Amino acid sequence: MPAAAQPASAPQETSEGQGTLRKAVVVGGNRIPFARTGGAYTKSSNQDMLTAALDGLIARFGLQEERIGEVAAGAVLKHSRDFNLTREAVLGSALSPETPAYDLQQACATGLETVLGLANKIKLGQIDSAIAGGVDSASDAPIAVSEGLREILLDLNRAKSLPERLKVLSRLRPKDLAPDAPNTGEPRTGLSMGEHQALTTAQWKIGREAQDELAFNSHHNLAAAYERGFFDDLVTPYRGLSRDSNLRPDTSMEKLATLKPVFGKSLGAEATMTAGNSTPLTDGASTVLLGAEEWADARGLPKLAVVVDGEAAAVDFVHGKDGLLMAPAFAVPRLLARNGLSFEDFDFFEIHEAFAGTVLSTLAAWEDEEFGRTRLGLDGALGKIDRAKLNVNGSSLAAGHPFAATGGRIVASLAKMLQENGPVDGRPARGLISICAAGGQGVVAILEAYSAPEGR
Amino acid sequence: MTDKYTLFVSHGFGKDLAKKLGLPQPAVLRRYKAGEPLVPGPVLLLGSGNGNAAGADELAAVLLGWGLDVRRNALPKEKLGAIILVLDDVEHPQDLAGPVLTAAQSLRDLVPCARVVTISRTSASAETPAVAAGRQGIDGLLRSLAKELRAGATANGILLGDGVGTTSPSTLGALRFFLSGRSAFVDGQFLTVTTGVGQLPTDADRPLAGKVAVVTGAARGIGAAIARTLYRDGARLVVVDIPAAGDHLAAVANEVHGTALQLDITAEHAGERIIAHAMERHGGLDIVIHNAGITRDKLLANMDESRWNSVIGVNIGSQLRINEALLASGRFSKAPRIVSVASTSGIAGNRGQTNYAASKGGVIGMVRATAPLLAENGGSINAVAPGFIETEMTARIPFATREVARRLNSLQQGGRPGDVAEAIAFLASDAAAGISGEVLRVCGQNLVGA
Repeated sequence: MPAAAQPASAPQETSEGQGTLRKAVVVGGNRIPFARTGGAYTKSSNQDMLTAALDGLIARFGLQEERIGEVAAGAVLKHSRDFNLTREAVLGSALSPETPAYDLQQACATGLETVLGLANKIKLGQIDSAIAGGVDSASDAPIAVSEGLREILLDLNRAKSLPERLKVLSRLRPKDLAPDAPNTGEPRTGLSMGEHQALTTAQWKIGREAQDELAFNSHHNLAAAYERGFFDDLVTPYRGLSRDSNLRPDTSMEKLATLKPVFGKSLGAEATMTAGNSTPLTDGASTVLLGAEEWADARGLPKLAVVVDGEAAAVDFVHGKDGLLMAPAFAVPRLLARNGLSFEDFDFFEIHEAFAGTVLSTLAAWEDEEFGRTRLGLDGALGKIDRAKLNVNGSSLAAGHPFAATGGRIVASLAKMLQENGPVDGRPARGLISICAAGGQGVVAILEAYSAPEGR
Repeated sequence: MTDKYTLFVSHGFGKDLAKKLGLPQPAVLRRYKAGEPLVPGPVLLLGSGNGNAAGADELAAVLLGWGLDVRRNALPKEKLGAIILVLDDVEHPQDLAGPVLTAAQSLRDLVPCARVVTISRTSASAETPAVAAGRQGIDGLLRSLAKELRAGATANGILLGDGVGTTSPSTLGALRFFLSGRSAFVDGQFLTVTTGVGQLPTDADRPLAGKVAVVTGAARGIGAAIARTLYRDGARLVVVDIPAAGDHLAAVANEVHGTALQLDITAEHAGERIIAHAMERHGGLDIVIHNAGITRDKLLANMDESRWNSVIGVNIGSQLRINEALLASGRFSKAPRIVSVASTSGIAGNRGQTNYAASKGGVIGMVRATAPLLAENGGSINAVAPGFIETEMTARIPFATREVARRLNSLQQGGRPGDVAEAIAFLASDAAAGISGEVLRVCGQNLVGA
């Protein structure tokens, strides 16, 4: 355990005297199985689940009483009492209570953004170790009092005398007593995320069968990964659940075809989005352990992958210029250009399956000459990805999607896949992560299998 | 937890009532706590008095060095914490009379949870029938005495093989174990010291300091208790259990500051995975505790293939395969220690447990046959056979059956998971290096069976 006063080791100086960036290594991860809302975790709070995910990570890597450089996590659906959610989870975990923590929130990109932010701090030499994470509970969602009741209660608190108080109370109307439940609607459009995606799905002419096929693959890939023990060192059971409760290993194209559309029913085109090819509301938490190479080496910890780079983008969905969940379509080309890479340079693609239509619309945009030229400023289409490399161990359609926890799930799984894969044509295996988020945002990242530097 | 009945009859009205009605009066046992004296009173050390008392004299000197209050003659009415009978030079059954009848006069002066320990030689190594008769007589004597002792006192014996003396490291190790609270639920048992190898710990409260230990089936019950006890004794831990028990396993790992390895031990490369984990994370592997086990009880007439095969596969098949991997790896070669959990069912049999008893009998056979394979590296392998232990598993036995099962031993109570763990921790220590291929029962001297 490093002494409390010991600073993070600064990056190495090069012979030219310029600071170089260190590597930020993904050591491993842990999550609890994801549960459909109203299921196994109905009575679990965000703090309960994040603490459980942390404790499983601590147990896996022997981090008891360790002072981690920084822990960052977040939740999308958050109670006002959870203002210091991550720090409270750290205090409830087996980590050293001297571990600092902060909350971050970027809708469904929260988990990936915590990884990128902390990886940057490690690269800069500000910290040697970090835990990134995310949690969400749609079961234990916050319910607020109505705006009318809230104003009355605040005024009541300010009222000084009994007559004043009675006067304030007399403003109370029955409708003020109705609670204000959270919803997935976009504040600026009033449309739900599903309805937004239905517009995009229709715009890119994504068919029902293609969406069902993506869902089918997601379930079968995830089930196969569980069967071969892929998740044995990525998942720790919680509250009687040892696999994601949304997983349907026996689903078939026929079964998926029987489901009735739930989104896009008022559009002119045929409605294609069903409960089968859309992710359900889910509860769960995930964590990722990051560190500098020396930090991992000193503890005999694995070095699965390095966090190479990340990029965020946002689109103007409010005025209908782009679909709500299409920001990754813009983030990925910028990220590839900065790193001098093309789709051929990747061995794994992890595209978050908010809806099957989201993934397919994004792929369609990248394959579209017109979109490439006019929106991405390229000579033609960005490119086509090899579908055999897409979400090979399943993704959100099968696992479920506890908003802020998805990033951690993907980063830890991809890091393990990259390490298992070994080098490709003499270079480390490479993976691309793409996560869309509410508010028209998206965050994408590149991970590379860790390979020891020459001579080590 | 001491069971409610034991608490009730331990003092006040309950104690009087039990006495009047002649009900069993189990004692609250003396269990190890760091800092408490090894023995709760003076130690009476008796030799056989047949002229060759070197073994007893040497031992007395060592015990004085441990800070014990050693007496060679009992004082009238003085309470005693333990009686040690050094009978290593018995040459004829008639040699027993002197020391045994002297000890008899002090039995009523034993404090609660006192200890009687005999030290003698194995009858197999005797050269004449008379010597063998004298030595084997001690076996019957000790087991009977253990049944006579009351108030939590126990009697156990140490058998010395050829070339092993009363002050050989593992003789002293076994003696310390039997005298201490670590052996609370071990009664009427013998441990054979076969060689003079072994090393007593520099810190008696941390005998496993610096060791890396793997415990399988560590998520709950006896396995979790083993992890806690090895941690207390200074070991660094890898705790292993099936992925579905991962949440309990994580809690144990965090409690014992170890690492959790979610692994099905019946998987093909389980042994290699365990070795790799221990080497990468802890830089070595010194101790493996095979604790993981399952029961799938059925009368043999109703037994199906899946019940039979799963029990054999988990309880002994996995141990055989993991041991093979350990021996082949070359990474498990510096005085390695293996301790397997067997069961009294595997010795005495148990109705409805043909599969389980076959697997646990298998463990005993495996341990005996593996001992010579480890000996060349200074290693050892032993088994511990628990009797009735108070666990989640035994708590599911119907009340009346459970109540009978837990009273049917000389200590008239069930043992605790920690009692099994103490025996395992001792056998995993370097002080027990001279003990190998043995089966130690932790059963309070169960009245049924061997």
